Amino acid sequence: MYDTIEQFLSSNAIFTLPTLLGYWDGLVMTVQLVFLSLIIGFFLAVPLAIMRNSRNLLINRSVWLFTYIFRGTPLLVQLYIIYYGVAYIEGIQESMFWPIVREAFYPCLFAFVLNTAAYTTEIFRGAIAATPRGEIEAAKAYGMSYSQCMRRITLPSAFRRALPAYSNEVIFMLHASSIASVVTIVDLTGAARDVYAKYYAPFEAFSFVALIYLCLTFCLVFGFKTLEKRWHAHLRPLQS
Amino acid sequence: MKKAVVAVLSALALTTSIAEAKEWDKVRLAVDVPYEPFEYKAPDGTLTGFEIDLGNAVCAEMKVECEWVVQAWDGIIPGLLARKYDAIFSSMSINPERAEKVLFSEPYYNTPTGFFGPKDAGINPADPATVKGKIVGVQRGTIQDTYATENYKDIADIKRYTAGDDLVTDLQGGRLDMVVIDFPVGVSSILEQDGGDKYMALGDNVQLGEGVGVAARKRDKDLIEMFNAALATVKTNGVYDQINDKYFEYSIKK
Repeated sequence: MYDTIEQFLSSNAIFTLPTLLGYWDGLVMTVQLVFLSLIIGFFLAVPLAIMRNSRNLLINRSVWLFTYIFRGTPLLVQLYIIYYGVAYIEGIQESMFWPIVREAFYPCLFAFVLNTAAYTTEIFRGAIAATPRGEIEAAKAYGMSYSQCMRRITLPSAFRRALPAYSNEVIFMLHASSIASVVTIVDLTGAARDVYAKYYAPFEAFSFVALIYLCLTFCLVFGFKTLEKRWHAHLRPLQS
Repeated sequence: MKKAVVAVLSALALTTSIAEAKEWDKVRLAVDVPYEPFEYKAPDGTLTGFEIDLGNAVCAEMKVECEWVVQAWDGIIPGLLARKYDAIFSSMSINPERAEKVLFSEPYYNTPTGFFGPKDAGINPADPATVKGKIVGVQRGTIQDTYATENYKDIADIKRYTAGDDLVTDLQGGRLDMVVIDFPVGVSSILEQDGGDKYMALGDNVQLGEGVGVAARKRDKDLIEMFNAALATVKTNGVYDQINDKYFEYSIKK
């Protein structure tokens, strides 16, 4: 096994050990960036989705404005505005935040979090709004308060309903993360661009990275399939 | 039936061989803009710059019609091999890695590579100790990228940019301590811009590469010979010097 790998590495000019290590660093960066964006975005989206369903017009509309802006503009444009814009804020270079935003990672993470939070909010909003009336009436009949009903009845059933749509958002986020490479972050696509520039071999560099993205997507799809099997067990037809 | 197929095939073969031996009456030249002062867009949108003027003069000398094609730098060689244009006339430094993919003409100019940074950066590019821990910006896939990688890979953080203007924006935004860039490009895109007085050239320039040449597909030897002949003429008949003086205070002729 080890011999065949060694043989392969010495028999070609492009996929040498340093190249593969470059791809590995890119993979770590991509997974880090996407995972953090999704986790933070998720915890922002849950309260935002509840607010979006509020009868209070001010709360409802302000969240709507946020999701409208972030879903209505391309992620690349948002990234450019945040990454290049932040450096031109008066006095930022002397402030305590500068060491953080000077790195490309945090402005990029910030853009990804806001973008995925906006999409996830709308997914959850729809799922919460679609809660069957009967379930909420039953909860009220049991004497549950608004927050108890939200915690025990509405949110769990909403998450179940939102799962297929949310899995799409996760996969989109993984693919959208490839634009991090335009602001000098060496993620998977950035690593491919380095290989491309070094060997002038676009086909090899990008096909290899496409394969890695495919593997990542496969893992995500498999994970969500397993979750759906568990959480949607009550929707499956009975096995005879 | 068989005869018909053979006839069609041989007819095809004939037409392709005719096409290959065609006279060059129209040449498409690829250029990556902006790269001031070599190529950039004038306020009215037309292409202008040293290489645009020189390219047009060379085409006039070769008596061919030239068309400029704007192409981003990092895809410029693949685009040539994919026949989107016939030659690259875009400040491409001649080096062995590129020579494996394309055929170069004789060099037509050579400029030094410069190092630019804020005046208080305190960096001397020749002294690794002063570069240690700094953030160095380069354009990906350039000879400056290779130079920075060879010299600063282990001591500094090298940021690679797809476009030269993003590199300058990040220097002005305070994200970079130093950029390694073609010297005249650095002078016009950093020092001569608004607020350029905050920056300066750090240390001495270095001479990288064998100069800049026209690049064409390896099979198009006749095209490169035409370029070599025309370049030799404009270099000696005063046309080159006239264009040189329009953009530079010193000669970059090679």
